[in-house]
Amino acid sequence: MQPFRTLTTRIIPLPRENVDTDQIIPARYLKVTDKAGLGEGLFSSWRYLPDGQPNPEFILNQAEYQDAQILLAGNNFGCGSSREHAPWALAEWGIRAVISTSFADIFRNNALKNGLLPVVVDADTQRRLFAIAEDDLNVQVTIDLASQTLTLPDGSRVAFPIDAFNKTCLLEGLDPLQYLLRHTLEIETYEDARGSSV
Amino acid sequence: MPKTLFEKIWGRHVVLQELDSPAILYIDLHLVHEVTSPQAFEGLRRRNLRVRRPGQTIATMDHSTPTNTLELPLIDDMARRQLMQLRANCTEFGIRLYDLDSPLRGIVHVIGPELGLTQPGLTIVCGDSHTSTHGAFGALAFGIGTSEVEHVLATQCLLQDKPKTFLVNFTGQLSPGVTAKDMILALIGRIGISGGTGHVFEYSGTAVSMLSMEERMTLCNMSIEGGARAGMVAPDDTTYEYLSGRPYAPQGASWDSAVVDWRSLPSDPGAVYDRQVEINISQLEPMVTYGTNPSMSLPISQPIPDPATEADSMQRGSLEKALQYMDLQPGTLLQGHPVDVVFIGSCTNSRLSDLRQAAMLLRGRKVADHVRLLVVPGSESIRTQAEAEGLDRVFKEANGEWRYAGCSMCIAMNGDQLQPGQYAVSTSNRNFEGRQGKGGRTFLASPLTAAASAITGRITDPRTLL
Repeated sequence: MQPFRTLTTRIIPLPRENVDTDQIIPARYLKVTDKAGLGEGLFSSWRYLPDGQPNPEFILNQAEYQDAQILLAGNNFGCGSSREHAPWALAEWGIRAVISTSFADIFRNNALKNGLLPVVVDADTQRRLFAIAEDDLNVQVTIDLASQTLTLPDGSRVAFPIDAFNKTCLLEGLDPLQYLLRHTLEIETYEDARGSSV
Repeated sequence: MPKTLFEKIWGRHVVLQELDSPAILYIDLHLVHEVTSPQAFEGLRRRNLRVRRPGQTIATMDHSTPTNTLELPLIDDMARRQLMQLRANCTEFGIRLYDLDSPLRGIVHVIGPELGLTQPGLTIVCGDSHTSTHGAFGALAFGIGTSEVEHVLATQCLLQDKPKTFLVNFTGQLSPGVTAKDMILALIGRIGISGGTGHVFEYSGTAVSMLSMEERMTLCNMSIEGGARAGMVAPDDTTYEYLSGRPYAPQGASWDSAVVDWRSLPSDPGAVYDRQVEINISQLEPMVTYGTNPSMSLPISQPIPDPATEADSMQRGSLEKALQYMDLQPGTLLQGHPVDVVFIGSCTNSRLSDLRQAAMLLRGRKVADHVRLLVVPGSESIRTQAEAEGLDRVFKEANGEWRYAGCSMCIAMNGDQLQPGQYAVSTSNRNFEGRQGKGGRTFLASPLTAAASAITGRITDPRTLL
């Protein structure tokens, strides 16, 4: 996993609530057996017109946002299906962090395993960020994971929560599976004590 | 200290809980399907790992399988490759697969219970958010992502933070024509689609204990649509009666000792929940969704809400966008709205009792001229049983299509899909934009409401046809 330490980029405002994983990557893209190419399908139904051409109205198609790496979304981002193809698609397109007031549980877990940082802020900060992003699209914000702070263009700082385990994994680019594998002995002891159940 | 059903199962499965780390939670049963597993198996190969407990891992094909033929090769080359990849992975790693030609194949959340794999007290996961279905048996069952599928394949464990508990108490009694589907839509409408985030639901109350296992599965299935990864019902005699004699259920003396253990699982009197809600269902009507998420639902007699009355600007925007996508007018009734397609199927409502209910209304009647009715059983076993009862003939004589088992138009990966602009009444679980086909519009409802709407060609209160 690519480590996540600090990030300074423009923010892509997507002022929609309850963006579900079917919107992030529709099911017709899920017939793949690998992860490559999913960025093409990111927000496909909003991003492409019925004839397959890019929809110039949709924010990801606008030239100014091509290098932006932070998505700013409405409440409850990533609800619905458990498809990890959603964070894979976001990451392949170039998104490294999503800011919202809340994330669906499975999406949050999936994002963290792919170096994609879910940043939870309060509703006031979310409103301020939308106002800033819509006012000046060149404006940048900084996310610093070690200090768990988001720095706004006026220099003000907002703290965001993350658990110690995921923070370490992200900062050091550690794969959580390694943690599980290190505890094989405990897993064996557990299995021996109770016997197999199926 | 009194414990909840969830806390008892959680406690039994914690292998290790280190400070500042998530718990290592042991997984008893891992269900696998073709869509969310290939990258996980590839990860095992890359790291040179084996499947730790192949005997506790069961695979099936359901999402990208066609429902009009079970013959290979499939026309859809990508779907064919995905299915062949699952077959190859199961062979390589020694996992039992209910393959395309198996008479026991079906939707993963339908066959687990049917085979008796789903049992009280177990931890069950699958790379699929509707794994919550299995909670109907008093199991802790939840959906996971593909990285976590790899974790479970490799270690039979998951890293999990302990969720909070949320008691959903259903009181009163269902009226005729109102179903478990209407109960769960009412709950989600009440608490919203993120109302259960971070929590596990426990459904209780007299109304829940009166439900059959199939109805309890419908209820637990849509827990995720209320934001909760898992939903549970305490096991009772209804559970044991359903399980007894099923292929993977314990037999003889081990059955007796299992039941003794299962009887200790229900929440203790005085157990404390982090949240609770009470819903009286005696006045509940059939529910139908009008919007683009499962919380946007209405009792069938009520008008579509007006975004102008919504105070919060983001929520107002969501409602406006939803009504725009659905092309519906605020203040009008959903009842009577024309429909193009009716889909009866999915892990929510494709079991024998669902098909019997739909057939009860369709028997001796015809589907409206312009309506396409698609009936897709949840498993090949259900298809066989339904055919033995003559339900297939009821659907076909009504001019409906009777298909092989699979997820079908719930997720629209297999060619069963809506055309842009079409309206469907669907017994599935998600009415998200484009979920049933790009540009398609979904009204979620019960099998009874779906069947009634197929007959009239309009959204119809099934109680008018009972």
